[in-house]
Amino acid sequence: MENTKYMNPYLAWILLGLLLLATIYITGRGLGASGAIKSYAIATVETIAPSHTQNTKFYQEYKKEHSGNPLMNWLVFEITGVIIGAFLSGLVSNRLNLTFEKGPKATNRMRIIGAIIGGILWGIGSQLGRGCTSGAALSGLAVFSTGGIITMFAIFAGAYMFAYFFRKFWL
Amino acid sequence: MGPLVPDIISNNLNSIIALIIGIFFGAILEQAGFSSSRKLVGLFYGYDFTVLRVFFTAGIVAMVGVMALSYFGYLDINLVYINPTFLWSAIIGGLIMGLGFVLGGYCPGTSFCAASIGKIDAMVFIGGVFVGVLIFNEGYPLFEPLYKSAYWGSPRIFDTLGMSQNVFAFFMVVIALLAFWFTSKIENKVSKVKITNFNSKPLFLSFVAFGIILSLSAYILPDRKEALLRKVNDENYLKSAQIEKMTVDELAFRIMDEYDNKLQIIDFRNLEEYTKFALPKSIAFTIDNFFEKEPNKVLTTKGKINVFVANDEITEKKMALLANDLGYKRIKILDGGLDKFKKEILEYKPITEINTLDEEYSNRFRFKASKIIPELIKNNVSAAPVEKKQKRVIGGC
Repeated sequence: MENTKYMNPYLAWILLGLLLLATIYITGRGLGASGAIKSYAIATVETIAPSHTQNTKFYQEYKKEHSGNPLMNWLVFEITGVIIGAFLSGLVSNRLNLTFEKGPKATNRMRIIGAIIGGILWGIGSQLGRGCTSGAALSGLAVFSTGGIITMFAIFAGAYMFAYFFRKFWL
Repeated sequence: MGPLVPDIISNNLNSIIALIIGIFFGAILEQAGFSSSRKLVGLFYGYDFTVLRVFFTAGIVAMVGVMALSYFGYLDINLVYINPTFLWSAIIGGLIMGLGFVLGGYCPGTSFCAASIGKIDAMVFIGGVFVGVLIFNEGYPLFEPLYKSAYWGSPRIFDTLGMSQNVFAFFMVVIALLAFWFTSKIENKVSKVKITNFNSKPLFLSFVAFGIILSLSAYILPDRKEALLRKVNDENYLKSAQIEKMTVDELAFRIMDEYDNKLQIIDFRNLEEYTKFALPKSIAFTIDNFFEKEPNKVLTTKGKINVFVANDEITEKKMALLANDLGYKRIKILDGGLDKFKKEILEYKPITEINTLDEEYSNRFRFKASKIIPELIKNNVSAAPVEKKQKRVIGGC
């Protein structure tokens, strides 16, 4: 049975909004994603090169603000949940299979390089912006944070600004 | 009163909550179609704006919800994490992320969703983010000046723009509705087919109606504190409303009685007066404290009688009415205010001409109290205003 239809967008936004509201009410913080990758990155460096983390400024500052194991982080748990939830959703809607998604005219090589460079830019950008679309833009909007809203507009402005140059990737 | 962490929900349980919230987050994003990079970037090329709509409105639903919860006193916004503002870092970081979006086709959250249903490009993307974070960490000295420049604190957008929260929320809802309409126009033009989003008329109309009601309610709801203050400042209301009073003698008696653990004096004078002279068993309090999580726990402690004191009885009465409106119970006010208490108890001059037995008792009691209570006050200098444990939750990415 082929069932790949997406949820009614109205339902999706209501659910997502209520989930975010519940998150803020219960935990006093919003949703996030890039922070989990940051925790994994820090944990990895700590394991591989413990002396390096002690001598480098970034890790010293991080340790000052966050005690304990970097993987005992709220966002790490949350992202684990995201992976489970998305997997279950894909299972239910019959969307689970190994695929490689790209624009009709894009080559595989273009897509791979695009994904890697895009990812790297997100890695750097989300650190500068102190959060990504979830942590800064969406959660920031919900609590009226000036910084979060500025980041949100900058993300969309950046995407529209550069979209034209990469249209071959997608159109 | 929220947030429920860390009082009602412990930090360990919070991790499990995080997992559950994540499961819902992931499932909703996946169901909404956020696991497809082509669908995601559609909004930048004009063929599919679903993502923008879901994203924008979800933010607004949560925003109005946060506003309503704090308005009705269910959420102390002072304890909620507000993303700090570092102007240049936010703008440049955002632009970099925007470029990453059109190149990579995902944002971090959606890439996790896509990767978990088997999108190989998303797995590659996550690897890229990992490397990107490492580059930032290792090159931190290089990024640091930008990362920390133009720090504004954690302002909220309506303060930055100099408008009220309601007005801002109202504009956001209106802009969102217009954006919905406009983006559907673009979609239809770019894809040259009628997209079904806006065909189901009753659904669309009810959605618009809901949005307008939302925006109007956001607009009409005044700041709760202001509204309550206006109400209690109304003279007729103030005259007609009744609040139980405690006489100066009873208060004096209860202060002196060491076994009385029910009395709790809530002092509304300013901090300066309070530090100069504070009654035992008293706590300094301000109007703002009513709307904060930690201080108002004081008022909800079981089995306590809260006596509101101020210099004059009118102020006491206003505060008590306000507290009643906010749903606090067992509130009394001091008859005649602290002025009367000072005059008749603390600076009591024994009368010489005693006619009745009552006067005799009263004279004896007040004379005794005027000796004991100043001593108690002197020993009570350590009394501090209600401690505000403003531990904001650490959030963000």
